[in-house]
Amino acid sequence: MTNKHTLEKRGIRWNEYFIRSGLGLCTLSSVVTTGVIIYILVKESLDFFTEVPLMDFLFGTQWVPLFEPSSYGVLPLLWGTLVITVGAAFIALPVGLASAVYISEYASPKVRTIVKPLLELLAGIPTVVYGYFALTFVTPLLRSVFPGFNVFNALSGAIVVGIMILPTVATLSDNALRAVPDTLRQGAYALGATSFEVTTQVVVPTGLSGIMASFLLAISRAVGETMAVTLAAGATPSLSLSMQESIQTITAYIVQVSLGDTPAGGIAYKTIFAVAGLLFVITLALNTLSQWILSRYQAEYD
Amino acid sequence: MPNSENTNLKKTGLYKDNIQTRRRIAALFQYFCALVTWTGVFLLALLLYQVSVDGIQWLDMQFLSSFPSRFPYKAGIKSALVGTFWLITLIAIISIPVGVATALYLHEFSRKGRIHKLIQLNISNLAGVPSIVYGIIGLTIFVRGLALERSLISGALTMSLLILPVIIIASREAIQAVPMSTRHAAFALGATRWQTAWAHVLPTAFPGILTGVILALSRAIGETAPLIMIGALTYVAFLPEGPMDSFTALPIQIFNWVSRPQEEFHELAAGAIIVLLAVLLIMNATAIYIRHKTEQKLK
Repeated sequence: MTNKHTLEKRGIRWNEYFIRSGLGLCTLSSVVTTGVIIYILVKESLDFFTEVPLMDFLFGTQWVPLFEPSSYGVLPLLWGTLVITVGAAFIALPVGLASAVYISEYASPKVRTIVKPLLELLAGIPTVVYGYFALTFVTPLLRSVFPGFNVFNALSGAIVVGIMILPTVATLSDNALRAVPDTLRQGAYALGATSFEVTTQVVVPTGLSGIMASFLLAISRAVGETMAVTLAAGATPSLSLSMQESIQTITAYIVQVSLGDTPAGGIAYKTIFAVAGLLFVITLALNTLSQWILSRYQAEYD
Repeated sequence: MPNSENTNLKKTGLYKDNIQTRRRIAALFQYFCALVTWTGVFLLALLLYQVSVDGIQWLDMQFLSSFPSRFPYKAGIKSALVGTFWLITLIAIISIPVGVATALYLHEFSRKGRIHKLIQLNISNLAGVPSIVYGIIGLTIFVRGLALERSLISGALTMSLLILPVIIIASREAIQAVPMSTRHAAFALGATRWQTAWAHVLPTAFPGILTGVILALSRAIGETAPLIMIGALTYVAFLPEGPMDSFTALPIQIFNWVSRPQEEFHELAAGAIIVLLAVLLIMNATAIYIRHKTEQKLK
């Protein structure tokens, strides 16, 4: 009897051990994924940089990788990404923050339960649909108002990406504002402040870390956005200042290569790893900064 | 003497008797915020309206049951729809067990030390990696490295990598929300960690996990860039019969049609978008329904 009991116990212990290891192995997969991403990007980029000097890549102003005479200056692609991101941020950050203020400070609970899910629905719409919206609605609208606009133009891309990242700003900022203790608001109101003063001088500054984090996360999403900008902004790498012209972002370039018949292993093919590496570093930096701000400043107001 | 006190206060510059203006600013500000928010909602409505107006005329049985074609009136989304269902099934089979297991391990089993923190950080960073980068990794590892070619399984593995962080984070939150007392009760009765996790933590966390999983899967359904990277074919006039077959999917078909110059193909794209949004809506409604049911049962 006792013997059987200990055996059973031992069985359970072994079971436990195996299950634990199995689960641990699954956890390891996420670490391996990171390792693989970094390994591939670094290895293929290093390969690329044996043929193209790093300085020519980072500071060259001509991006002509697919034709002779080729040139591998990444600045035009970076510029394209920057134009789209800044344009999108210009729309999404103020609008998103104002929406967050409305949802958290002004809206009645009933309105809130309607509006927030609706904004979240905007976030759930696939990016290719935004591309469609840009091409069939935003661009024709722009062209009917300003005839000078190209069929593919930077502004149209920036507008739809702005709409796309708007819910990220609104939802995360709303969370940040709602985390501000009510006692602070009541204190300010008791001193005779108006709702505008309470919001801009007490609530928003208190929730600033969360708001900043949401901004950075949204910007990082805009940087990595692919389908909408590919469809709306076209494929012309340029350092042009004009929002009417076609530009090319890093992501759109990668799509262009994968759609074409660039042979694997060639220098043109390796460019996608170099630019993807750059993209990875930029988004990682933005996300890390966002998390750092949250962890650094959040605790102060708890 | 209250009057002179008042002027003294005014001199300090700390007090300004302009309550009217301040109230007006506050009211304007409130209207502004409301207006901006409803503009966002209006944009959503506009987008949906635009798509429906363009695409509804093409939506019929013929559209759902035809293969893509050079002729718009003959074209349909049969292979794309079937491809999407294949893809989502495979993604679910791969990513749900791994994702939930990881969340369980992190919250129920692992020691909460430095490594634990690093892994958490790593997962939230993975969630921020642009989808196109996952596409490049999928192309290098699955399509070329493991020689799986441009098959369903390559696509499913790539997408699983993409949504795993989302599933892990959502599951972890659901598992964290399970009250400690539940675990303590199980441990007190002599249950092992696994018995506690399997019989008590998981069932309680199930509705939350399910919602997270369905949201992650609906993200995978709409993702286009990684599939384009691994080279999912845009013209597929057959149905895949196994995970090793090549395929197309709804977002790819939409991209293909949108990028053509002809108006008719744009309308076809709108038709396909309606179907895609309908699939997403059904999934989300299912999630809400199941969550509602389980919540009632738990009560």
